[in-house]
This record gives sequence, structure tokens and C-alpha cells, in this order.
Amino acid sequence: MGEHLQASLTGGALSKDAIDANFEDLHPPLNAQQVNSWANRCLFCYDAPCITACPTAIDIPRFIRQIATDNITGAAKTILSANIMGGTCARACPTEILCEQQCVLNTGEHEPIEIGALQRYAVDYLMDTTNTHPFVRGPKTGKTIAVIGAGPAGLACAHELARLGHDVVVFEAKAKAGGLNEYGLAAYKMAGDYAAKETKFITDIGGITVKAGKSLGDDFSLSDLRDKYDAVFIGIGLTKMRKLGIAGEALAGVSNALDFIETIRQTSDLSTLDPGRDIVVIGGGNTAIDAAVQAKRLGAKNVTLAYRRGLAQMGETKWEQDLAATNGVMIKHWANPVEIIGENSVKSVRFEQINLQDGKLCGTGDYFHICADRVYKALGQTLVTDELTALKVENGKLKVGSDGLTSVAGIYAGGDCIAPGEDLTVQAVADGKTAAIAIDKMLAIDKMLES
Amino acid sequence: MADLRCVIAGIESINPFWLASAPPTDKQYNVERAFAAGWGGVVWKTLGVDPPVVNVSSRYGVHKDTGRGILGINNIELISDRPLDVNLREIEQVRKNWPDRIIIGSMMAPVEEELWKELAIKIAGSGVHGIELNLGCPHGMCERGMGSAIGQVPELVENTTRWVREVVDIPVFTKLTPNTTDILLPAEAALKGGAHAVALINTVNSIIGVDLDVMAPTPVVDGKGTHGGYCGSAVKPIALHMVAEIARAVETRDLDISAIGGITTWRDAAEFIALGANALQVCTAVMLYGFKIIEDLNEGLSDFMDAKGYKSIEDFRGLATKNTVNWNDLNMNYDLKAVIDKDKCIECGLCHIVCEDTSHQAITIKPTETGREFTVVDADCVGCNLCAHVCPVPDCITMEPVDNGLPYQTWPEISPISGEVRGE
Repeated sequence: MGEHLQASLTGGALSKDAIDANFEDLHPPLNAQQVNSWANRCLFCYDAPCITACPTAIDIPRFIRQIATDNITGAAKTILSANIMGGTCARACPTEILCEQQCVLNTGEHEPIEIGALQRYAVDYLMDTTNTHPFVRGPKTGKTIAVIGAGPAGLACAHELARLGHDVVVFEAKAKAGGLNEYGLAAYKMAGDYAAKETKFITDIGGITVKAGKSLGDDFSLSDLRDKYDAVFIGIGLTKMRKLGIAGEALAGVSNALDFIETIRQTSDLSTLDPGRDIVVIGGGNTAIDAAVQAKRLGAKNVTLAYRRGLAQMGETKWEQDLAATNGVMIKHWANPVEIIGENSVKSVRFEQINLQDGKLCGTGDYFHICADRVYKALGQTLVTDELTALKVENGKLKVGSDGLTSVAGIYAGGDCIAPGEDLTVQAVADGKTAAIAIDKMLAIDKMLES
Repeated sequence: MADLRCVIAGIESINPFWLASAPPTDKQYNVERAFAAGWGGVVWKTLGVDPPVVNVSSRYGVHKDTGRGILGINNIELISDRPLDVNLREIEQVRKNWPDRIIIGSMMAPVEEELWKELAIKIAGSGVHGIELNLGCPHGMCERGMGSAIGQVPELVENTTRWVREVVDIPVFTKLTPNTTDILLPAEAALKGGAHAVALINTVNSIIGVDLDVMAPTPVVDGKGTHGGYCGSAVKPIALHMVAEIARAVETRDLDISAIGGITTWRDAAEFIALGANALQVCTAVMLYGFKIIEDLNEGLSDFMDAKGYKSIEDFRGLATKNTVNWNDLNMNYDLKAVIDKDKCIECGLCHIVCEDTSHQAITIKPTETGREFTVVDADCVGCNLCAHVCPVPDCITMEPVDNGLPYQTWPEISPISGEVRGE
């Protein structure tokens, strides 16, 4: 079971079996009995707060009632018609700050409905039992839209466009589609190669061509696509890793947490990876937690997550912090890295103790070292704007209207690369779908004007 | 601990809880387990004239909510399928082993005086405390002219009761079927026939469900199904009404009542007693949970009586009967309004939507900084209780009477045409 950390029985390296167990589903799927019990606990609230809390506005009481009435396929259709990535969201969404936080049963019963787990059950059931795609494409429009980036935003946009009868070509820089679902989420959240399975399911609707290994700048330009296609959707995410800007950053053993996660996600036999001995993860978001917990589950002896600020300012949820703690990750707050020390390869990280004075982070002059043979940086990513000079950028992200339209007609964007927006899969799906509907509307108006 | 002893038809029982004539009382093994668990008595599974009936395989269907809750069971099992003599010898043995417990012999026979009399004499000879006439089964036996086929014809109820009375000197209980338009007719017939008590209700005629794969009623017997007898929590309201009707009618109110119908909790038991029952019979609840529920039935009833200051069953028996009236005797001026305790409200919105969609549009919904607020519009609230019933939070919505200063006035006292009060 993935729920509990498998520790070394000998004090030495973890066995292959232990590592495999550590990377199984963090939350094993509910069984039919659990599902019936949970589904019947739902009150079927009117105008339910959980729906409002979901960026894709899944009709949660409806799908839970469908589960309770033994219409599991219907439940899955309810979920997927609002959010085609309902399967990934059920696994990776921080439901504790979204739908489940808003569940009215938090008041009084102090325990919300397990919405994410129920959602997973329904979507898995449909994907495992149905051969025909649950959605049918609308009449062909003869239009083709280019989508840049096959992450959650791009795939959700492509799916909705295909459903509305358009053809779509998706350009993906990496070798596989899926974006962070495929490369950036912790392995135990996406067990069973789920990202690839879901990508196939999404594109199986038809009309979607994914061109992998094609990147903006190297293989095509934005203006190429704008000229050649009826509309363009940009869902390229944030790909430039932030740097620490301190001495020693180039030492061997220092890398980006996302690259570490990508390595785990793309390695079939995890026991072949050297877990390292003393790991320092620098950062305070969910990527930092994902890296730290996976390092521990891979068998690293000591994993320290160092963050410049305090508990309250950390980007990850309380649930994620608890996950790190129960997996034996030491969380060090108010620690500002000032130097990475080593010869050729990293030996330790030197930190200055920080405190908060009048709302400002101030060094205290108190320094300490943490031993490290691996340092993973999880400082966040920024937008690579080199190929997007035609578009307006605001606070480092693409500026778009509420329908996803950028500053240039016919070019839309969504997902992590737009402002404002939360860097969540579910938000990216919502953005992609919103933009698709806007593109469809725009093309319909164009057609009307032409005739 | 309150005194739970009760007396019905002159029979004294250590508590009012007996097992009804049904599968749980089919044989010595089950009955002795029930007595060991604490049940006060049993009505043995109905005995018929030999040769015994043959039962089919697949006998029960259930009516469930969408979760685990079983609301009712439907059965198509017939009476005892064991030879009469085997049953009688077991009854004799149990009577010896459990001298302080009650055993009533249940019986049915075709409508022939000799058959009824012979069978009644044999059963009485086993040492039972009384005999119950099964005039209620709505499936199988009625197709052979027994069970509800007798119970639905008052003359036959009277005759069979009299036949048994004439040959035995132990109390006679006539068990009534609810599958009739007016329960008072068979109750009066039983009284005329000389019954010491009536037992009701037997099961409600029903098809419990349809197997949508086989396309046949459940329980499915080799691709076919039939109507059966419905029992359990779901039929309790039907039983309460019929018990109350007999308890309050001038013609029948002197009959002792052994109440049956969905009794599952001590509260159910207290409700039947409050409506006039002298003793109670339970079946479905033990078929769902086993005999152990007797512990909470006894203790719960006792705790309730202690809390209310009732020292014995007789102290509160029938107290609700006098408050069970015809609609025309209700106070038309009584005015209730729903009141929502906003501190307790969890904002599920169920009160709003049921009132909005199905009632009087009397609960408004208003967004607040932190969520939403539900408010009763007194002018539109008719005091129907629906919101209070659907609210998942205990005591969050209460129904408060409005002091309007108006007198108790019934509909007949108000002219239905002018709306003015008669006589003013």
C-alpha cells in the first residue's frame, strides 16, 4: 500500500519491493462498499458550495447521487463533461482547499465527503469498463486550431474544440503529451502510468493530432501558426526554472526539483536510481514537497526541506506538509540559503537564519550548515517569453481576458502561463475549456460575417 | 429500571417483547436462542393441517434506500413446512425448559369447522399459553383459501375465532390482515367471535421490486416472481394507524391488542403502547440484526419510562389514544412557523430548495460574506414541517407556535361557505 512509507529493514538501501511499494498509489482507490457508504453520506446540497469551489464547476452532488443510485457511468459523464481531466484532478487536486474544504459537513460532523476519491472511482470505472468514448464530436466545422503545449490546458482545450467539431493540431516540445501530469506530479499520485492513459482517453474523441517533439522557436513560430491555422491556443506553462543566485549553484548534485521528479516519472525501475544520502530541497511549494517525499521514498537517509519563510507562508497545503512530516522529511523554516559548498560536487548548504521584522524578512547573522550530497531547487518557474514578443505580458505572465483571449486576435492562452491564475491542473483544464468555447464562438461569428 | 411486565389476554409476560409468528420462531433451536437473549415470548411459526406445506427456494426480497438501510422485507415463505407433531413436541420441550416465557401457538386451516377445532385442540395440548389465528398471510396460503382469504371476510373471521374459542380454554388471539379497507370490520368480527385479543398487522401485500435483468418480481424463483408479504420499518405507520383505530373505536376498544408492524427500536415500542397496545411482536428487526436487539429494546423502553416517571407499562399505555382524533376535530386556528437557528445551520440549502420547489416559497436564500443565509418568511410559512424534516442538523429548524389569541376551533365550527364562525 502506498499510504505508508516503507522504511529500510536493515538500515541499508531500500529493496526494490520497498521502493515499488513506496511509489504505489498514495491513496488506494476506494472499494465499492466504501463508495456506497460515502456517497450516501452526501446531503445533495442545493446550489452546493463544493461546486462553487471547483474551478471546473463539476456538479458534485449530482455525480455523487448518481453513484448512490448505482449509475457509475452516468456519474463519470457528469464529471468528464465539466472536466475532461477529472481522473487526474481526482488524484492530484488539493481537494482539501477546494471542494472538500467547502463541504458543509465540515461544520457539525468535522469531516467532509471524500469527493476526490469518489470522483476517481467513477472516472476509473468508466475508463476501465467502456470502450466507446463517452462524448461524440459535433458536426465538422472544417476549421483547424493549433494548440501549443500538450499539458492540461492544451489537452482540455483540444478536447473541447474537437467535441465542438473542429480539428486540432497539438504541438508538444517534449517526447510525450501530458505536461506536468506526465512529468511533474509525484509518481505516487499518478500510479499506473495514469497520465498517458488519460491523454489517450482525451484524444480518442478524434480530430486531435499530437505532434510531439515540436517546440515553439525551434520548429515553428507563433506567427507561422497564426497564419496557417484558424486560431491558436497557447498552453506552454512555465518552463524557466528560477535560480538561487548564490555561490556553488553549478556544483554537481545541485539540480531542479522538477527535473528530479521528471527522472522518477520517466524511470520504469526506480531501484536503479541512486537516491543520494543527504538531500536538501529548497523551496516551499507542492513541488518541493513532491521532491522531498519522493527522495525519502526512494531511500535517501536524510531529507530536509528548507524554506525561507514560516509555516503559514508555505505554498503547499497543510495536508501536503503533514504528508512530508509523516514521510520523515524534516522541514526547516526561516532558512535562507546563502552558499552551496563543495568541491566538484555538493557537500553542504550554508543557511542564514531569517526572521520576520515588521513584515520584512531579515537575516539574523546566525548561520548554520546542512550536509547534502543532493540539492533540489523548487523555487518556482517563470514564463519563457522569447517567442511571445507579440503578446502583452503582465507580471511575468501572458495577459488574457476572461475568455482566454490574448492581446492578439485569434490567439488564446490558458494554464500556468497566464495571469492571474493558480498553478493547478484543475485551473488549467478550466482555462483550456473556456478558451475553446471562446474560439468556437469567434469562429462562428467569422463564418457568419463571411456569409 | 421500570417494571416492563405486561398482561395481555390475561397472560402475564416478563416484558412486552415477543417474537412474531415467522421464520425466527420456526423451531426449538431458534426459539431457545431468543429466550436466552431475553425475549419475553414467541408466537410459534404458524402450524397447519398435515401434510406440511413445501416452501420454494428464494423467499425474501428487500426494499432498500440507496445505502445499506433496509426499509422493509417481503417474503413469499408459507407456514411451517415441518410435520405438526414435530412442532408440538418441540413446543412441549421449550415450555419445560423456559417456564417463565410465553409461547403462543399460531394456526391456520381451510375453512372447515372440524379442521380448525381438531388443530386447535392439538396445539393447546402442547401446553401453549394461547392460540393465535393466522388470518393474514397475503401470499400463497390465501390462494388455498386460508390466511388473508379468511381475514378479508368478517364472517369468516368471526366463525374461525368462535370455533377455536369453543374447544380451548386458553386465550385466543385473532391476527388481522391489513389488506382490507377498514380494519374495524374484522376487529369487530373477532370480538363477536369471542377473541380475547387481536394481533395486528400481518404483512402488507406487495411486490417488493423487479429484477431488471431477469425482468421478474423479486424474490425470483426460476425466472418468475409473485406478490408477497411486506414487513419491517416501512409498514410501521400502517400498523400504528390500525392499532389506533381499534384502540379508540367504541366498538373495539375493549379488545386487547398485540401490536405488530415494523417495531425496531424502543421508541417504536413506546409509540405502539402509547396508542393502546398491551404487548408487542417483532420479526423483521431480528431478521436484520439477530436476537441481541432485545437488550436495547428492554433497556431503552425502561430508560424512557424512568425519564418520564412511568412505573409500569399501564402507566402510559393508551395515553396517545385520546389525542388521536379525526381531522375534523383539529384546531384550525393553530399556527406554527419554522424557525432556523442560524448558528447551527451548515448552509446545505435543503430547507430552501424543498420549500421553493415543492411547498410555499417561504425560505429565502441570501449570500453573505462567508457563505449564505437562510431565512423563513413568516407570512408565507404554513407550518408544514417539511424544512425541519429534511434539515440534517438536529434541532436546527424548530417549529414554533404563534400566539395569535384565537380559540380552539374545528372545521365543522367554521362555515365552509362564508368562513364565519357558526353561532356567532
